[in-house]
Formats: sequence, C-alpha cells, structure tokens
Amino acid sequence: MSGAPLLEVRDLSVSFRTQDGTVHAVDGVSFTVNRGEVLGIVGESGSGKSVTAMTLMRLILDQNAVFSGEVLFQGRDLMQLSQGDMLQVRGKQISMIFQDPMTSLNPVYRVGWQIDEQLRAHEGLSAKQARRRTLELLGAVGIPNPEARIDDYPHQFSGGMRQRVMIAMGLSCNPDVLIADEPTTALDVTIQAQILELIGNLQREFDSAVVLITHDLGVVAEVADRVAVMYAGRIVEYAEVGELFRGPQHPYTWGLLGSISRLDRPRQRRLAAISGQPPSLISLPAGCSFRPRCPFAFDRCRAERPALEARSGPGHLDACLLSADQKQARRAATPEAS
Amino acid sequence: MLTFVIRRMIATVFVVFTITVLVFLIFFHTPGVDPARKLAGRNPSPDTIKAIKHQYGLDRPLPVQYLILMKKLFISRDLTSYSNQGQKVVPEIVAATPVTLSLVLGAAVIWVVVSILMGVAAAVLRGTIFDPMLMVLALIGISMPVFWLGEMANLITQDRYHDTFLFSWVPPLGYTPLTQDPVMWFKHLVIPWLVLSVLYIGLYARVLRADLLETENEDYVRTARAKGLSERRVLLRHTLRTSMISFVSLFGLDFGVLVGGGALLVEVVFALPGVGLLTYQSLISLDLPVIMATVIYGAIFIVIANAVVDVGYAWLDPRVRPA
Repeated sequence: MSGAPLLEVRDLSVSFRTQDGTVHAVDGVSFTVNRGEVLGIVGESGSGKSVTAMTLMRLILDQNAVFSGEVLFQGRDLMQLSQGDMLQVRGKQISMIFQDPMTSLNPVYRVGWQIDEQLRAHEGLSAKQARRRTLELLGAVGIPNPEARIDDYPHQFSGGMRQRVMIAMGLSCNPDVLIADEPTTALDVTIQAQILELIGNLQREFDSAVVLITHDLGVVAEVADRVAVMYAGRIVEYAEVGELFRGPQHPYTWGLLGSISRLDRPRQRRLAAISGQPPSLISLPAGCSFRPRCPFAFDRCRAERPALEARSGPGHLDACLLSADQKQARRAATPEAS
Repeated sequence: MLTFVIRRMIATVFVVFTITVLVFLIFFHTPGVDPARKLAGRNPSPDTIKAIKHQYGLDRPLPVQYLILMKKLFISRDLTSYSNQGQKVVPEIVAATPVTLSLVLGAAVIWVVVSILMGVAAAVLRGTIFDPMLMVLALIGISMPVFWLGEMANLITQDRYHDTFLFSWVPPLGYTPLTQDPVMWFKHLVIPWLVLSVLYIGLYARVLRADLLETENEDYVRTARAKGLSERRVLLRHTLRTSMISFVSLFGLDFGVLVGGGALLVEVVFALPGVGLLTYQSLISLDLPVIMATVIYGAIFIVIANAVVDVGYAWLDPRVRPA
C-alpha cells in the first residue's frame, strides 16, 4: 500500500441546528482507509458513526446541517463537489449498504430491476448486459438459483437474502469503497456470520476498501483490520484490530470490552456496564466528553480536551490524558475492564 | 390474478344484492311512506288506493314485491316512473350515463394532472414560501362548496361577463353529446369540469404532498440516492411511484362515487342531464322507481370502482398481490 490512502477523512465535523440548540453529531473526526482494508467504526447509538458514513456519501440533505472538514477521495475533496458531481461517485466509486434490509429495497420493484437500475445509471449497459451482470452478482453473493429469483420482489426474500441483494447492489459497479452501516444488526446471529464472511470474501475478491460501521465489537474482531472507536461524535481510540483487543488504551474501550460476556474467563457475577448515560450532543461537557462516566477521571480531564494521538506506541492512537503506564496500572486494578 | 378477479366479481354481486334489498326496504316500506297514496293523487278514496295497490303489486307479500321490482328493473327493463307514467326508468338512466361519465372523466383528468403537479411541486419546494402557498391554495379549493362555486361560475360566465371577450364563447347551460358536436360538448363541459375538480385538486394535492414527504424518509429512497441516481429519477421512479399507491386507491373510490351520482350538485347547477340531475328530480317528487333505479345504478358503479381499485392496487403494489 504505497502512496496516499484511498480515502482520507480530515477533521470532519457535522452539526445540526435544531430548536433546542446545535447538535454536534460528529466532532473533528479523522481517519484513513487504504485499498483492500477493512476499517471498523465502533460506537453506541448516537456516537456519530452513521452520520459520518452518510456524510462521506454526501447523503445528508438536511438544510440545518453544517459541515466542516475534508473527505479526500482520489485527490478530490468530496465535501466540495456539487450534488451533480457526487452522482458519479455515489454507487459507482463509493457505495453503501444499510442496516435494515427489510426496508432498504423498494417494495414495488423486482430485485433484479433495482440492481439493473444502478448498473444502467453508471456503466451505460444495455438492458440485456445489465441483466446478465445482475445474474452474476446475485450468484456471487450466494443467492441460490438467481435465474428464478431475479424477478422476485423484495418481500419474497428473507432478511438475510435481502441483505445479500443489497450487497450485490453495493458491489455492482466495482466500487473502490464499500460503506456498510450496521449490515448485520437486523439479522439472526447465524445469518450475521454468513453475511460478514460474504463481505470479507467479496472485499478480497473485488479488492475494495470497506468501512464497516457497527456497535458490535465481535463483528469488528471478525473482519476489521483497523478500528476506530467513537464516543459522542469523536474518535477516542484508533488502532490495528489485534492491538485494540490486546492493549486497549481508552477507558471507554475498556468499558466496551468489559461489557461483553466471555467464555474464556471465569464467570463474573454480572456483566460490567459503563455507568451513566452518553452526554447530550447539544451541551457536551468541557474537556473530555467521557469524563462524567469515567472512573479514572482527574482534574486535567475537566479542563483539557484530549487530542487523539499516539501515547502507547506508533499507530495506536487514543484520546485519554492518562499516560500509558498509568493506564496499565489502572486497568490491572479493575478486573472486569481487562 | 384471475381467481382474484373472479372472487372480486362474486363479492360484487353479493354487495349489489344487499344494497338492492336495503334500498327496497327503505324506500318502499319505511313507515309513513305509502307509494300508493302518493300515486293516487289528492284526497283519494280507499277504493282507489286499493285499486292502485293492486295495480302496482303493492298488496303482495314483500319478497314478491321485491322480485317484481327487480324483474322490471333488470330483466324486462320496463319499470315506469310514478310521476310520469309514460317514462321508462331504465332507458332514462342509460341516456343519462354518458352525460355523467363525460362530466366526471373530464374533471378526473384535470384533477389528477393538476393535483400531481401541485403535490410534487409543494413537496419539492418544501422549506420555501411556495410550499405553504400551494397548500393554502389547496385548502381554499377544498373549502369552497361546489354548488356555490358553480353558481359563481355561472354568474360570471353566463351573466356578468358573458358579453366580454373572455366568456362570450360559453354556451347556455345544458349539454350536447360528444357524438353530435365534439366542440360544443367541450364548451358545455369545460366550466363544470373545472368547478368539479377544484375540491379534488385541493384534497389530492395535500394528500400527495404528505405522502411524498413521508416516503422521502423511507430507507429505500435513501438507497436510491446512495445508488447515485439523479434527484429527478429518485423523485419520479421511487418516491412518487410508491406514493401513487394511496393516491390511486383514493382516486378509484372518489371516481366511483362521482360516476354513481355524486356529481349531483354540479349537474343541477349546470343543468347537465346526468344521473345526478335525474336523482335530484326523482327525490323532489319522491318518484320511488327512479330513486330505486338511480341508487342501484350508483351502488353498482361504486362497487365496480372498488373492485377496479383492488385490482389496480394489486397491480401497483406487489406485496398485496396474491401469490
């Protein structure tokens, strides 16, 4: 992977003006995605991960939204493109699959037609060529007997099969980046595993970069190469996936990891939960956003907003003011956070 | 699909049967309503009433009376009016139907086209001053009673401004069949069309706007955008297409009601000899056979329209299509 990254997000902020005040949904987020890489973005509901994804596609049309920052893709800043120019990027170079496959396909059109529509919009294929390509795609995403299913309507498919259709659609124009926004959240656990495996296989086959958005650390562990943990609109930790699970640096990440039930540890009395609620995005606490919920907070956390930087080693960024040694000591003292 | 259509037709027959029974009971056997007394003229002797009852079969048991009426209505088709003995009811309705159809079809074309344009424009222009302006306009259209609007139109085009260049082409009230003189047919109908469509333009524009804005939030519209489709294509092929499902079902019902005699007020105001005017006249003179026939005619049209809507609905929305 030489040269510039395929997709680089620099200091992206998105806020929404509402009657109650300005909602800072995404606040200074930066990350990069390289070709052939899976970046996982993890966070709870309202942490800004979906807004980030929608912003990369310039799909937020709310007139009250205010954007700043850059999204560099192949040398162009997508934030500066007109909506007309974005049409060439969307679905062709960057495509997206969504959380709920039950509602993400148009109920009144045949699934084949819906994939054809995207192919014809970007590739200039004839109806016949588009149909042949659609058949190939449906086969590639593991829909049995595509010839028979291509003219079915979405309601005739199960949730997992619909998500396969969405993936086929997402990959139809060989995108450079595939953004998957909680692609497995609405699915059964067994189907989740199949869909993740499928995304992984296709990503290697098509050599696309994938941005995988999820609230499920298990999903991240399975497919991601690098992980960004988001909290209250900011990235609080950013590391290679093995590194994140071996040596998590941010107390929020410890909380997340501690709240997973594990079979390889002695059984705990209860699963640990992070106390408190995520802060209101309208009035974020001064300093570190996680401070009100952090058991290790100290005076500096109130005054200073921690920057995302390498504190424990190269390539492992975190936004916590504790030094690496202090973190290690604190973590060792709290068994459920390990 | 075929069995679906057949099932609908059988249901239609049942509904029409039930309506005929109900109408028969209401108009012929409501206490205090005595068709024989009505027929016998002023101060009849009991003997006259008895003779008339016998003549019209009104002294026979109820089911027999019903069957006689239905036979006269559907099989021999020689049911005659009470107030005008020579007048056969069925041919009269047959003659009035094209007038009503001309009126309603023309108005329907206008209201569908205009309300789609208005609804889409309002939805697209949301956030600008034009959206509330269009919707207030629609509300004004809904709020104006059709008989008042019709009379106002007549006042302007037939009376006050008739001699100006604007309305000198407007013919006197009445009707000319399409087959006889298409231009005259059009001139007679164009103002009734507009008057009748105003209410529906308002209603449909508002319904469609609300539906479009609701559909706009659907996940599949977001998917359509994410596919890189143009705004125009997203609007026409995805948002509008799915919003048409409720639009069309609403349209089918309103269309059925209007063809079934619901355009009565417009027909009366513009002296169009359609089914509505026929109903109006028969109601004034309590001409039971004609009332009976027009109500059944109306019921049949409404039920047919319902069936057509159901089939059309299945055509528009694959989810309700029988497997």
